[in-house]
Amino acid sequence: MPDAAVSVQGVSKIFVSADGVQTKALESIHLDILPGEFVSLIGPSGCGKSTLLRLIGDLTLPSTGDITINGKPARQARLDRDYGIVFQAPVLFDWRTVHANVALPLEVKGMARSDRNERVPAMLDLVELRDFAGHYPYQLSGGMQQRVAIARALALEPSILLMDEPFGALDEMTRERMNSEVQRIWERTGTTVIFVTHSIPEAVFLSTRVAVMSARPGKIARVIDIDLPRPRTDDTRESERYFALITEVRETLRGRIGGDGAAGRVASVDRTIAEGAVG
Amino acid sequence: MTGPNPTRRLRLARLGRQVRYQLPAIVVFVGVLIAWEIVVTALNLRQFILPRPSAIGAALVSEWDTLQRAAGNTLYEALGGLVIGVTAGVSTAFAVTRWARVREAVIPIAIGASAVPIIAAAPIMSIWFGILNPFAKMAIVILLVFFPMLVNVVRGLSEVSASAIELMHASAASQTQILRKVRIPNALPFFFTGLKVSTTLSFIGAIVAEYFGGSSDVLGRVIVQSSSRLRFDITWAAITVASVAGVTLYLLVVAIERVVIPWHASQRATDG
Repeated sequence: MPDAAVSVQGVSKIFVSADGVQTKALESIHLDILPGEFVSLIGPSGCGKSTLLRLIGDLTLPSTGDITINGKPARQARLDRDYGIVFQAPVLFDWRTVHANVALPLEVKGMARSDRNERVPAMLDLVELRDFAGHYPYQLSGGMQQRVAIARALALEPSILLMDEPFGALDEMTRERMNSEVQRIWERTGTTVIFVTHSIPEAVFLSTRVAVMSARPGKIARVIDIDLPRPRTDDTRESERYFALITEVRETLRGRIGGDGAAGRVASVDRTIAEGAVG
Repeated sequence: MTGPNPTRRLRLARLGRQVRYQLPAIVVFVGVLIAWEIVVTALNLRQFILPRPSAIGAALVSEWDTLQRAAGNTLYEALGGLVIGVTAGVSTAFAVTRWARVREAVIPIAIGASAVPIIAAAPIMSIWFGILNPFAKMAIVILLVFFPMLVNVVRGLSEVSASAIELMHASAASQTQILRKVRIPNALPFFFTGLKVSTTLSFIGAIVAEYFGGSSDVLGRVIVQSSSRLRFDITWAAITVASVAGVTLYLLVVAIERVVIPWHASQRATDG
């Protein structure tokens, strides 16, 4: 697809451990994502969803296949600073204030201080942390730290935002609030988001599409369209369609995991081993 | 705000808190001195076994010129060795972190060298550089402080989270930018840990190196000579001067650390 924001074609990834053991983390992955889409990758541990995210972000290289971002190779996209990235841990730098943390990618790009001083407050407005610009990370709660990380990821106005279980470490209440906030930011910026999560409700609430993955080797089992109306609110979380979609995602996940009796049990033992190897 | 000068009042309050915080240590210190004085007098201990604090104080005053000159010379050796050793340790740490080849070549030798009783090298350094050359003593200090600096700074430069590096890659940062914006700030707390150890070591190293001969105007020689004449009041006075100088140097490093890395976990608790 030439006009895709992200195009993953026939990608596989094999990890080789120090003693030569090969682990197939991903096999024949095909995924096209349109500009402005919000796609979640969901699946059991060890299904390679984080690996797929890191492949798209050119943080690791595929064993086979091609990844194209805005029509160019992933590496070129990274060098063009097309990506923003948010991890499960906020990864803020202790020695930098909130302002300086958000300014870091701008400094790396070589943006003048005066321009940085305009951009950073705008980013902090976006995550509603403007009053905390002078604080150090340790003075913030976990949720606030993660909002700073989001502001930093968006500082260069990237066309692709990669989020790797960004709210996995937060409590349920904070997570729901953050989900609403991410939705608001996504609608405001129009950024294409790829979102790795373990949480089915989170994936359904946020996404335009959910890619359900299975493990051993990691594959995309099915891509489910999420046709919930926008903007999605707390009412959405109580709507019938929302529950129907959650059930659909859950059954897709289960269908791939449980189905084959004794073989399935053997596979789940293998999966535990693979989790150790793939992480 | 009711007072005319709230900042000043705040500062006074902080000073008060600090005095209260230090009070137990001060009380114990003074108490030990008094007990020492009383016990020595009561048991009628001989001067060369344990001089009374008042006698040590008197020696401090009467021998002040000698002690001051000796302390100055020892401080020169310690600081000179410290500056050169720290510079060498930090530079090597950068090279070791940057090039794996250098790491493989240097680290085994550094570990081996650190196991050698370095003080034993003092006579050799005296032969190499001349017994009266202060650099012979500095060389011992350099050998002593090099290893803790190397090990600490290497850890600080390399123990950076993988996510932090990936984050920098995602912003297309160069290796130099990663070094300047991530590795070096990350290494600062480790650097200060090494520097605090090294500062103490430098003074001890210089004094012990002086035991093996050289100029007599140094603390190590004053200690050796006064004890051989059974003037233990002077020996204790010299030890006191050495301790005060060592502690002062250490506190200076702690003060610099506070200014440079106020964000580090070790610095936070004191402000509350």
